[in-house]
Amino acid sequence: MDSDDDFNSSQMSDEDIMGDQDSDVSVEDGLPPAQSMDQDDVGFESQDKDIMPSKHAFDVDFTVYSPQQIQAYQDKQIEDVSSILGQPPEATAILLRHLRWNKERLIDQYMEKTEDILESAGLGETAQTHPPRLEKVAGFVCDICCEDDANQDTFAMKCEHRFCVDCYKQYLSTKIKDEGEAARIRCPGDGCNRVVDSKSLDLLVGEDIKDRYQVLLTRTYVDDKENLRWCPAPNCIYALQCGVKDKDLLQIVPTVHCECGHDFCFGCSLNDHQPAPCALVKKWLKKCEDDSETANWISANTKECPKCNSTIEKNGGCNHMTCRKCRNEFCWMCMGVWSEHGTSWYNCNRFEEKSGTEARDAQAKSRQSLERYLHYYNRYANHEQSAKLDKDIYLKTEKKMTALQTTTGMSWIEVQFLDAASQALQQCRQTLKWTYAFAYYLARNNATEIFEDNQKDLEMAVENLSEMFEKPIDQLQGLKVEMLDKTAYCTKRRIILLDDTAENLKSGNWEFNVSLS
Amino acid sequence: MSLPKRIIKETERLMADPVPGISAVPHEDNLRYFDVTIEGPSQSPYEKGIFQLELFLPDDYPMTPPKIRFLTKIYHPNIDRLGRICLDVLKSNWSPALQIRTILLSIQALLGAPNPDDPLANDVAQDWKKDEKGAIETARQWTQQYAK
Ligand SMILES: [Zn+2]
Ligand SMILES: [Zn+2]
Ligand SMILES: [Zn+2]
Ligand SMILES: [Zn+2]
Ligand SMILES: [Zn+2]
Ligand SMILES: [Zn+2]
Repeated sequence: MDSDDDFNSSQMSDEDIMGDQDSDVSVEDGLPPAQSMDQDDVGFESQDKDIMPSKHAFDVDFTVYSPQQIQAYQDKQIEDVSSILGQPPEATAILLRHLRWNKERLIDQYMEKTEDILESAGLGETAQTHPPRLEKVAGFVCDICCEDDANQDTFAMKCEHRFCVDCYKQYLSTKIKDEGEAARIRCPGDGCNRVVDSKSLDLLVGEDIKDRYQVLLTRTYVDDKENLRWCPAPNCIYALQCGVKDKDLLQIVPTVHCECGHDFCFGCSLNDHQPAPCALVKKWLKKCEDDSETANWISANTKECPKCNSTIEKNGGCNHMTCRKCRNEFCWMCMGVWSEHGTSWYNCNRFEEKSGTEARDAQAKSRQSLERYLHYYNRYANHEQSAKLDKDIYLKTEKKMTALQTTTGMSWIEVQFLDAASQALQQCRQTLKWTYAFAYYLARNNATEIFEDNQKDLEMAVENLSEMFEKPIDQLQGLKVEMLDKTAYCTKRRIILLDDTAENLKSGNWEFNVSLS
Repeated sequence: MSLPKRIIKETERLMADPVPGISAVPHEDNLRYFDVTIEGPSQSPYEKGIFQLELFLPDDYPMTPPKIRFLTKIYHPNIDRLGRICLDVLKSNWSPALQIRTILLSIQALLGAPNPDDPLANDVAQDWKKDEKGAIETARQWTQQYAK
């Protein structure tokens, strides 16, 4: 593995992100990115101020762009190349799109074989005779509608396939609105490969179609570029740019943070799944789907108290359960006695491989492999579920706090620690969840022990914080300092875990019991 | 809804100046719906066969292509069991300047030149590639049996 510094900022900044030579351009043009990179947490300064300045091993550089910025970049590139080639902008745009915005290749090919590239891009011969215009032609009959009114306006591109304006308009609007085409709309003439340019389009269609056309072009632009990706959040308008390539995905998990607040993986567009690499995530999700029948019963929401057997429903995110009937305190995940889960001995995150005699039997073996899977799946699903429950409790708490605010005169800012805690919990549970998928595929070596310790520590920190949400509302204000501490601690543990996993992933220290490629 | 001039003109021409080996007759109660017959081209396994097709002109015709399907059973790598046809001019290469007449000619040409590399009926295309002689024989038999 020799891709040591592939993802570091030194390299990214001089690389041509949006296709421009120098990255200063955006600033000169008054087009600063919508958001700069490294924004770990969405919005709350209390979260991890002390750790923010340094860059973590699991961070990647990225920039968020609005559709307007992307369009402006395209326009700028078109303008630049237009002046180099001596082609009008509308033709240059078609050429650039034809070569997927590879400016250098376009200029090379244009210099070498001008006619060929114009032909294959759908521009035909060069001739920049006159701007597109509508004409009335005596004796004209439109091949599409068969109208022969001598007064009707007609249009043709340089290929001279002439149709009446109404048909041309309807053709373009069908292509753009119904078929979602934009970058390569061909002349309506049979067998003609000439591509309709934006200037001709402007002459023929109304504003709504023009807008749609621009949206589609920008979409194609983002799709064409390996380093740009739309934010997958519903209704989000932003695109993110990141230099991590497909081939890098075995060494890095590129989580990016959109302006809208959504964290997702630049490699596969799924929700943030650090520390598990994309390939493992794909395998895991597939497995969960295949095994969901078997796994469902075990991840059910009710369990029996190990002491008195009365049914207990989990109603908060915390794993520390207290039986209402017998007051037995136990751990939801392993059903073990809670007192044994103290700070020094927290043995709930690791599945102890059973050894020996049983395993020789083939049946026992398959049962053990299912058990092993269920062990990890159960914890994975538990954190997913707990994250939801944590959120529910938080929302209820917030409501009560708002009520309290009005009666006690507490200020809005004074209750923000709850919000910060809730956000940290969500983020940490998301990470914990994926550590179990990661662990399922991890083959034991000398790096795994530290990982399991980190996982254990984070889990402890999370459960401790989660537990505080279950405290009665009138006690919460008094717990503010403690809660802030625990929030910061959770965040810190998460960073430690992710730093460790990311560094080992980058240097190839993990061994997996499946092939990642 | 009155029939667009374009469809009227096309229909008139199809009746007055028919293409040899092809007929297309609109239904009296629905002038966008045509009964079509195509004669199998000579020197093809479909020779002497008379194939029935249905053709329908959708509302946005000619911006979108006509819908066409074989009603007669046919053994051909680009036509599936439901009679649907894999032909570029009926899909991505459709142009509003094309007409019913030209499309039917393209279909007739497809009978003369099957293209197993761009298949719709996958099993037929596989037979065709594995054993062309046998496939042609099957096509001939089907033609004799069904395309009367
Ligand atoms: Zn017209
Ligand atoms: Zn043309
Ligand atoms: Zn977003
Ligand atoms: Zn991913
Ligand atoms: Zn109990
Ligand atoms: Zn436990």
